Amino acid sequence: MTETTRAWLLSDAPQTRRQARMGALYQGWLTFRANKLAMLGLVILLALLFVAGFAPWLSPQNPFAQNLADRLQPPSAAHWLGTDALGRDILSRLIHGSRITLFIVGTVALVAPVIGLFVGTVAGFAGGWVDQVLMRTTDIFLAFPKLILALAFVAALGPGIGNAVLALAVTSWPPYARLARAETLTIRNADYIAAARLQGAGPLRLLIGHIWPLCVSSLIVRVALDMAGIILSAAGLGFLGLGAQPPMPEWGAMISDGRTYILDFWWVAAMPGLAIFIVSLAFNLLGDGLRDVLDPKGGAE
Amino acid sequence: MTNTDLSAAPGPGASPPSSRRGARLGRRMRSLGGLLLSLALTLLGLLLVTFIIGRVMPIDPVLKVVGERATQAQYEAARLAMGLDKPLWQQFLVYMGEVLRGDFGRSISTGHPVAQDLRRVFPATFELAALGTLIGVCVGVPLGVVAAARRGGWIDQIARVVALVGYSMPIFWLGLMGLLLFYGILGWVGGPGRQGIVYDGMVPEMTGMILVDSLLAGDWGAFRDAFSHIILPASLLGYFSLAYVSRMTRSFMLEQLSAEYITTARVKGLSERRVVWAHAFRNILVPLITVIALSFGSLLEGSVLTEIVFSWPGLGQYITKALLAADMNAVLGGTVLIGTCFVALNILSDVLYRTLDPRAK
Repeated sequence: MTETTRAWLLSDAPQTRRQARMGALYQGWLTFRANKLAMLGLVILLALLFVAGFAPWLSPQNPFAQNLADRLQPPSAAHWLGTDALGRDILSRLIHGSRITLFIVGTVALVAPVIGLFVGTVAGFAGGWVDQVLMRTTDIFLAFPKLILALAFVAALGPGIGNAVLALAVTSWPPYARLARAETLTIRNADYIAAARLQGAGPLRLLIGHIWPLCVSSLIVRVALDMAGIILSAAGLGFLGLGAQPPMPEWGAMISDGRTYILDFWWVAAMPGLAIFIVSLAFNLLGDGLRDVLDPKGGAE
Repeated sequence: MTNTDLSAAPGPGASPPSSRRGARLGRRMRSLGGLLLSLALTLLGLLLVTFIIGRVMPIDPVLKVVGERATQAQYEAARLAMGLDKPLWQQFLVYMGEVLRGDFGRSISTGHPVAQDLRRVFPATFELAALGTLIGVCVGVPLGVVAAARRGGWIDQIARVVALVGYSMPIFWLGLMGLLLFYGILGWVGGPGRQGIVYDGMVPEMTGMILVDSLLAGDWGAFRDAFSHIILPASLLGYFSLAYVSRMTRSFMLEQLSAEYITTARVKGLSERRVVWAHAFRNILVPLITVIALSFGSLLEGSVLTEIVFSWPGLGQYITKALLAADMNAVLGGTVLIGTCFVALNILSDVLYRTLDPRAK
């Protein structure tokens, strides 16, 4: 980056709205960059995105190709991470499985906060009985243990990756609703809302244009911190045989496959577990870093 | 599952102090009444959700009972007998009445009434989760306190890493790896299951918790055997509880240690140990109870995956097996039981909080 752009970004007196916005972003980036662990998380996740994007080119072998002569081979030059009970290359399956993991996490992380944002802001903004009803419902969902509720949902809908995503989304929105409601309550009576209302803005416009944007940053932090939890829950569903169905190389299901051979052929279960651990660790590190940047209130601890 | 949501934790209710005892009592009764009402509403919602889940499933419950080859007349008769011709709200009332009487229907896979099955499997899960919480608290609380007292020191760093790894590790995978290392390679612990074959059914059943039962029977061999089986899964659950408990303890302690009364205590010349343990620590006991209750609840849930790995014949394994057999009565019964435990734990910690903390009156 040249010195002039740097000076432009760090200017104390931004000339345009765009310059101010970019400057704020750059400041945030500088804070984030100073956190080495958060950077490590970011790098791991970028690598994951890269691997998922170029999976067919990166994987050394076909993840579905069975070769019973080569079954349960230990890690070697031909199979870096060994082969599973059907002789499939574990590394290739992990590489392809990263797509499934990203799909599940991405979808849940997109759907759940949106439901939560909607429920929470409407409840906080409307107040009265609407608030009561919505928050009661939220409390009921919070009272359920998440994984058990997800299990019950998948049991009713039938196993499969789509239903697993749905079950995870249905069970993870309530904390977001609570958060969004709390944010809405603090900004509902702010002067600028009153000003917008005096200019003739209707409730919908106030909600979408003036309240939602202010709730988003705290929601993003929360989502980043929850990502690891979503990955672990999704892997848990896969492990129980309720997520992606065979022969899909879902990481949790791969651990379940390796469970039978754990005492003699440890790598079959160990490798996908390591992959899950690394990715959720990366999300946790990233989440911590983002919290420091976006939510100074909750920083340090 | 380890990220237990803290927003469920009660905050200190702030209301102005009153000198009149009657008013205070009245307010307390009212708040207790509100608590009971919210408990009833939550349980009602819980039942409603499980009822809806039970009704949206694509499996035909009548067909499950009468079998594929039943005639149309038999099918209709079974449908009437099960009350499935009534409107949904009536069905819900019937369902609610049954659950309140402790009747969850009959399990298709075991053939027993679900309530009876649940009574059989629950002690196993309770034993596991209780021991896990005990381990988590005994290690996690001191770790959190020391981490806060020596902020930035090496114990604090270790506590941070321990918690971070705990939040990122799939519990079932760690269980498998533990089984591989401590059972397969080192042979230090018993394998999957609750008991070795030799001791199976040897201890007279009283509480259903083998550790307690074998002690009551005075059978040390059985106790040692049961202990060698439970210690690994319980330590695992304990680790996840520890990650959460130590983090919470640390942040509670940091809050207290920055308070002015701590400065006063230090100025008085009290030893650091006394300041930390006798002054600051005593003040976090009450919120800590809430954390421990929540962590116990999340272990009940976390035990589902752990039980599968260790072939532990508890609630989690029961629910999962029922799931795969599309045995809806059993799944819903188990879900209602765990949900009720969750709600009860929340309420319990809330009540304890109110009674123990003089500021929350």
